[in-house]
Amino acid sequence: MKNENAIDIDREKGNFHYDTTYEFDAGIGLNERVVNYIADVKEEDDWVRAFRLKALDIFKGKPLPTHWATKDLENIHFDKFRYYLSKGQQPSRTWDEVPDDVKETFERLGIPEQERAFLAGVEAQFDSEAAYSRMKEDLAKDGVIFVGSTEGLKRHPEIFRKFFAKVIPVADNKFSALNSAVFSGGSFIYVPPGVKVKQPLQAYFRINAESFGQFERTLIIADEGAEVTYMEGCTAPKFETTTLHSAVVELVALKGAKIQYITVQNWSSNVFNLVTKRARAEEEAEVKWIDCNIGSRLTMKYPGVILKGRRARGEVLSIALAGDGQHQDTGAKMIHAADETTSNIIAKSISVGEGRSTYRGQVHIPRRLRGCRNNTECDALLINANSRTDTYPAITVRGNHNSVQHEASVSKVSAEQIFYLMQRGMSEGEAMSLAVNGFVNDLVKQFPMEYSVELKRLIDLEMEGSVG
Amino acid sequence: MSPVTTVNRESELLTESVFEQFQGRHPDLPPWLLQQKRQSWMEYRSLPLPNRKMESWRFSNVRGLGVGPFGLANAINGRSRAALAARSQDPGSYAGRLVFGNDDLLENSPLSRELTEKGVIFEPLQTAFSKHSGILEEFYMAQKSDLGSEKFAALHTALNRNGTLLYVPENVEIRLPLVSRHWAISENAAVFPHTLVIARDRARVVFVDVYSSSEASSRQFACAVSTLYAGAGAEVEYHHVQNWSERSLSFNTLTAIAHRDSRIRAFGMNLGSKFSRNEGHSIIEGPGCNAELYSLSLSHLDQEMDQRTRQTHRAPHARSNLLFKNALLDSSKTIFSGLIKVDKSAQQTDAYQTNRNLLLSPKAEANSLPGLEILANDVKCSHGATTGQLDENQLFYFLARGIGKRAAQQLLVFGFFEEVLEKIDNPELAEYHRRLVHEKFRNS
Repeated sequence: MKNENAIDIDREKGNFHYDTTYEFDAGIGLNERVVNYIADVKEEDDWVRAFRLKALDIFKGKPLPTHWATKDLENIHFDKFRYYLSKGQQPSRTWDEVPDDVKETFERLGIPEQERAFLAGVEAQFDSEAAYSRMKEDLAKDGVIFVGSTEGLKRHPEIFRKFFAKVIPVADNKFSALNSAVFSGGSFIYVPPGVKVKQPLQAYFRINAESFGQFERTLIIADEGAEVTYMEGCTAPKFETTTLHSAVVELVALKGAKIQYITVQNWSSNVFNLVTKRARAEEEAEVKWIDCNIGSRLTMKYPGVILKGRRARGEVLSIALAGDGQHQDTGAKMIHAADETTSNIIAKSISVGEGRSTYRGQVHIPRRLRGCRNNTECDALLINANSRTDTYPAITVRGNHNSVQHEASVSKVSAEQIFYLMQRGMSEGEAMSLAVNGFVNDLVKQFPMEYSVELKRLIDLEMEGSVG
Repeated sequence: MSPVTTVNRESELLTESVFEQFQGRHPDLPPWLLQQKRQSWMEYRSLPLPNRKMESWRFSNVRGLGVGPFGLANAINGRSRAALAARSQDPGSYAGRLVFGNDDLLENSPLSRELTEKGVIFEPLQTAFSKHSGILEEFYMAQKSDLGSEKFAALHTALNRNGTLLYVPENVEIRLPLVSRHWAISENAAVFPHTLVIARDRARVVFVDVYSSSEASSRQFACAVSTLYAGAGAEVEYHHVQNWSERSLSFNTLTAIAHRDSRIRAFGMNLGSKFSRNEGHSIIEGPGCNAELYSLSLSHLDQEMDQRTRQTHRAPHARSNLLFKNALLDSSKTIFSGLIKVDKSAQQTDAYQTNRNLLLSPKAEANSLPGLEILANDVKCSHGATTGQLDENQLFYFLARGIGKRAAQQLLVFGFFEEVLEKIDNPELAEYHRRLVHEKFRNS
């Protein structure tokens, strides 16, 4: 079987120590044994083990945030998940086993043949690792470190430990604590001072290379004046039963550095996607989150920037598309902590069928600061009569010469627009697609080309059959 | 009644004895009311005090809520009565006025005979409970509070004993405002003012609630509830002036229920209290309604003004518009948390919500939580929140002409408030609001 080949190749590269396939199954449920098991498998230092065990305690002690968040969280049965599963445990699948409708989706998305195979869980590790290795060679010349978090911990503990869990403390929320206890996979990136990485670094391949990445942990550090763009491809639909994806992503942009982080999330509609993402921007640094959520059953994700240094800038551009049975609870956090910091949030959501999209945001400007600015715009589009949207921003402003503006609007595609397009020979579905794409167009333009093309197609797909 | 103004300092509102004391003082309450009060008291005792974990109390300084030496207020003496009645002239001409001190009726300026003959009822609750029990059993505390102050609403139901019932029959229009003036007197007194306005189909009425303390230096606990019912095609304009002493702790819950084609306009003016919590819930029950909700707040020193609103649209083709403007001096703090809730059935809704905060001091803090929950798709809904300082250029213009910073700030705040004040049709009432703002500036 192809899948076995993939494992063989991995074993050759020596990244993992597979003795038997089953050894990497930590079993069902979450307890100290599971956490110790993960630490054992990864041969981690004692401080990491202690960190994980402490996180587990915190996780157990924290209640679900259902006093403000959806009650759907109560449907997560933490005891029924597998918290560490090696590749060997992934359902082995060949292209022929992939359901026809999924194949069709891939074809219409225009995903290349090689990636299609990867997306379906076939040959994923083999292909991605190869691509990843090539990139690493190019970058190594500039001193850029781009490795998995496990490798990062082992080979670069001096940098890793300095920044690890500093932007998002373990006890930040229940799910960051969970991640801290069982994290595995994710990226560790360090860009040395003044290095501008021209090509975007892609996590598309890597996350899947190391198990499922359900609890991946990413740490990106851009040293002074460095620039880096990182693209995260959870574009992969997954086909497992109800599952939980709970990542923690920490970005550190030192003085004058620029980090751009792009996510296109398209999990299958049985995934709970509960992700904590936060950045720290030092003096004159710039952090931009581009976040696009199309898949999952429930996504709760509020990328944030702590504007720590003078004239730092934070930006979140967010697109959410919620179809039947989906709840996209997304937003942004901007914590101003220095003078003359500026932040911008633009969020657009589309609710189709019984989909529900929620914007939740926080803008905080404390006392003693001067000249801080925030602009927030959130627009929601409701397609069907039973679609739903909510907006819950929270804005706190103190200090001197700070200004904040927040605007939100809710609308539907006007009957006139649809009529105009249909009169020119379009079907109602096509007309609706065009109108919806127009609604998000100014944001989509900011995405890298291949992602914006893909996004447009995904929207077309979702919109089909949404009317009439 | 005791001629001496005293407050029982021994009792705290949280102790069981308060309700026994209350029942002992008012043995003649109708059985249905007593039953309701007993239930509410139990509810009050069982509900938890607000804490920071509660989303409906986010950003609020919940320390000290519900504790303190407050107790049931005793009756006041004759001399104070006359003095307070004399100080109750401010809102201007009226069609009827009731003046209360510590929930006792001090003065009753009844309606004209013409209005009484048309069937208008304007009655203090203490007598209305038995005289108009039919109306009260149907409408009194019929709307449950669910914006966070459930515990205090229950306390109000348990301990309220007076206030105003205004009932306007079909097609009756009252041009001049009806006024209810509540005074809180003496240190640590707890007062529970209540207002119930029922405008039947196509009735028109203007109602003014004014809350203040007899002495600026005293401290009181005030827990007020007002409810407005607008029948089909009715027009209700409501003014609410919160001007309790600046050491007081106050709660105010306003519920407005709008039936088909009715129009409700509410104006709030928040000036007093150390901590004030205002909850306003507008419920659109019938199509074609138009609800306009305005509020102005001017906070200084360490005042905290906590405002929570909800616009619930249950019927299609209706409109609601909310505009809350806050001007903050010194190290004061405001919280605006609003929610537009559009039910599935409420298609063609137009709902707007705007919060504007003007920070006049680097230590002031404005929190804004403008929310939307939209379950229907064919709607126009938007909200906006801005927080900023006075325009430097405008300030410079004043300074260049020899007008000091303080005076310039004041003028600019008046300009900021005028957007709301100019919407008041009755010039006397608009002028009254302006005067209150002036007075607050003079004292700050």
